[in-house]
Amino acid sequence: MTSISRKWSLIALIAPVPLVATPAFAQAAGVGEGYRWLTFTIFAVVIAITMVVTYLAAKRVRSASDFYTAGGGVSGLQNGWAIAGDYLSAASFLGIAGLISLYGYDGFMYSVGWLVAYITVLLLIAEPCRNIGRYTLSDILAYRNDPRKTRVVGALSTITVSTFYLTAQMVGGGVLVKTLIGINYETSVIGVGILMLAYVLFGGMVATTWVQIIKAVLLVSASIVIVLLVWAPYGFSLPAFLADVVADPKVQARVATLLGDPAKAMSAAELGQRFLEPGLYFKAPIDQISLGMALVFGTAGLPHILMRFFTVRTALQARRSVVWAMAIIGGFYVLTLFLGFGAARLVGSANIAGVDAGGNMAGPLLAQYIGGGPNSFMGNFMLAFVSAVAFATIVAVVAGLVLASASAMAHDLYVGVLRHGKETSGRGQVFAARVATLIVGAMAIGIGIAAKGQNVAVLVGLAFAVAASANFPCVLLTLYWKRCNTGGIVTGMLVGTIAAVGLTLVSPNLTYPMAVKAAAHKVLDAAPAKRAAATEALASPDAAVAGKAAKDLAALDKAVAKADADLAKWANDSTSFMGLEKPLFELKNPGLISIPLGFLGVIFGSLLMRDRRAEQMWNEVYARQNTGLLVSKSVAL
Amino acid sequence: MANPDGVDWDAIIRDPRFQSLHRRKVVFLWGLMALSVVYYFLLPIGAAYFQDWFKIRVWGVVNVGLLFALSEFVVAWAIALVYSRKASRDFDRMAAEIAAEFGGVKPSRADGTIIREGVST
Repeated sequence: MTSISRKWSLIALIAPVPLVATPAFAQAAGVGEGYRWLTFTIFAVVIAITMVVTYLAAKRVRSASDFYTAGGGVSGLQNGWAIAGDYLSAASFLGIAGLISLYGYDGFMYSVGWLVAYITVLLLIAEPCRNIGRYTLSDILAYRNDPRKTRVVGALSTITVSTFYLTAQMVGGGVLVKTLIGINYETSVIGVGILMLAYVLFGGMVATTWVQIIKAVLLVSASIVIVLLVWAPYGFSLPAFLADVVADPKVQARVATLLGDPAKAMSAAELGQRFLEPGLYFKAPIDQISLGMALVFGTAGLPHILMRFFTVRTALQARRSVVWAMAIIGGFYVLTLFLGFGAARLVGSANIAGVDAGGNMAGPLLAQYIGGGPNSFMGNFMLAFVSAVAFATIVAVVAGLVLASASAMAHDLYVGVLRHGKETSGRGQVFAARVATLIVGAMAIGIGIAAKGQNVAVLVGLAFAVAASANFPCVLLTLYWKRCNTGGIVTGMLVGTIAAVGLTLVSPNLTYPMAVKAAAHKVLDAAPAKRAAATEALASPDAAVAGKAAKDLAALDKAVAKADADLAKWANDSTSFMGLEKPLFELKNPGLISIPLGFLGVIFGSLLMRDRRAEQMWNEVYARQNTGLLVSKSVAL
Repeated sequence: MANPDGVDWDAIIRDPRFQSLHRRKVVFLWGLMALSVVYYFLLPIGAAYFQDWFKIRVWGVVNVGLLFALSEFVVAWAIALVYSRKASRDFDRMAAEIAAEFGGVKPSRADGTIIREGVST
């Protein structure tokens, strides 16, 4: 397991959720035994609060509109917090802080794309969607097109994107809970699943929104407190803080490890400064640009984010939602800068990576350190609190994803397609939505358990890639291009999805046994010479040299054990899951290729299958999305 | 075209005020969009190909690269605020005027629940 986690942590490059890049933590790093009661108490309090909210919300859920969109009764500010809650998944909270703590500058640079993504949402997507949509992504697509065909492809795409994202969250959540409070993986997955089902089934969008808001507020407050404590000793000076970070021997040692041989010619000060410079994590610029495209255009195609714009009444409120969300999300990433560098300085990269190779425990470990360390009450309190927030984060994000999938299933597939768009009674619709929620929820739990220990990191990158390559071109062009029609949407959805998924399947993200085995052989071949050198140094009278040699020997033993395990694991395989010996396609994120293909799909599909009705209805679509006329019809119920 | 909502969409599109709103929005929105995309991609491109610049220290240990990454946040927020102010001040008013003139028709169904989904179904 550790071997996989170490190997796959590299994949975090394409995966917006490094949390799940490491399905197994090297060791349990939870709260001390004596303080386990504290963890349970804090978890219980957080869960109890969300349950009270769900109970109150359940009373307000009477109609389909209440269930899917909280009856349109969410304000811009509330929705901004809820969007931030949806978006600040464990990825941002744990993953980005972890990347910064392990790789310095590159980790911070990585966070930027996540915020810039909202400019696309704000300028092009949020307001038109509010003005012409009702419950789901497919409402937009179906408006001037064949409702059955577009709803089928829209719903399938929604379910695909959400399932990729959801699987990563379930596996990540299971591992997190296991590490933090020591209950086993299956139990934690079922726990996450049942809680999430309780929110969605009883409270629908009302409860989901409030759970998101509570969680986002807790997350931001916890981060602010930690950052204040970390930064205060430096008089809140950025250069003073960073100067101390780069002067730290732990940080310098980390950079030396990352750089390998070239580091030998560098002074300690140069090594430290290198931590603030690019290139320690991102090696291939083109990969990063491709990932940037998937983020910047994919966010605007994420069904669970789009759905949030149907919970407010007007375009003005939709706009305010995004502006608030950008303030909160951006502010949070700036805090993350301090969390990450603070963790590198105070906890140390080696300790963070020792607990989890992907760095996901940086935030929680920093909280523990700031509180007074592993043996203090406050240290354990802070760790437990941060863990509870992380747990709430995962449950809330999963709830949003399940709600998006369930709406696609009930509103698009059942009501829209099977019942030919005939409105069933309000009650019938809510019933259908709840049944769909149960189905999706059970699926999520099943997938979570089945995917135990799997490399699911690739799935979040894939969710963004499909959203950017299929959903985004379809939504954008149906809103802004007169000729866009059913043929274009069906073609674009198919081409975008197939391109994104297909390119990922033949990309370097999968495990290629030949490469793994070659690397293992290399380690084993070099081992005897290294062992001899280290053994010799061990006898050195210089204590420092001997100490280093002992460490080297321990590291060598670990590397050899890993190589042996890899060889045993892949002994009978020579090709990847797709039957390839080596990647056919070199990009880790397919965005650079698949996004243009998705656009071409919509354009050619539309031109080849002309549809007069779609063009005739263009005036209506364009006038409505710009004036907000009749918007109350789609909100009120 | 049959129009159960009682709103003459074609007339709205022809209306000079709508045309003016449309033109202003197109220029403003896509201009900001282009600015934001270009500015964003300068960061990974700079980090990859202009590392020497990124490494220049300007404020203690703080280098150009860090300040540039921080400026991405400031620029994103600034774009959001500029758009939001412009939209709330101008676009919303223009849209409201048009809506008031052409949309003075009550929703055709008393309960106001049905969003039209394709005339053909």
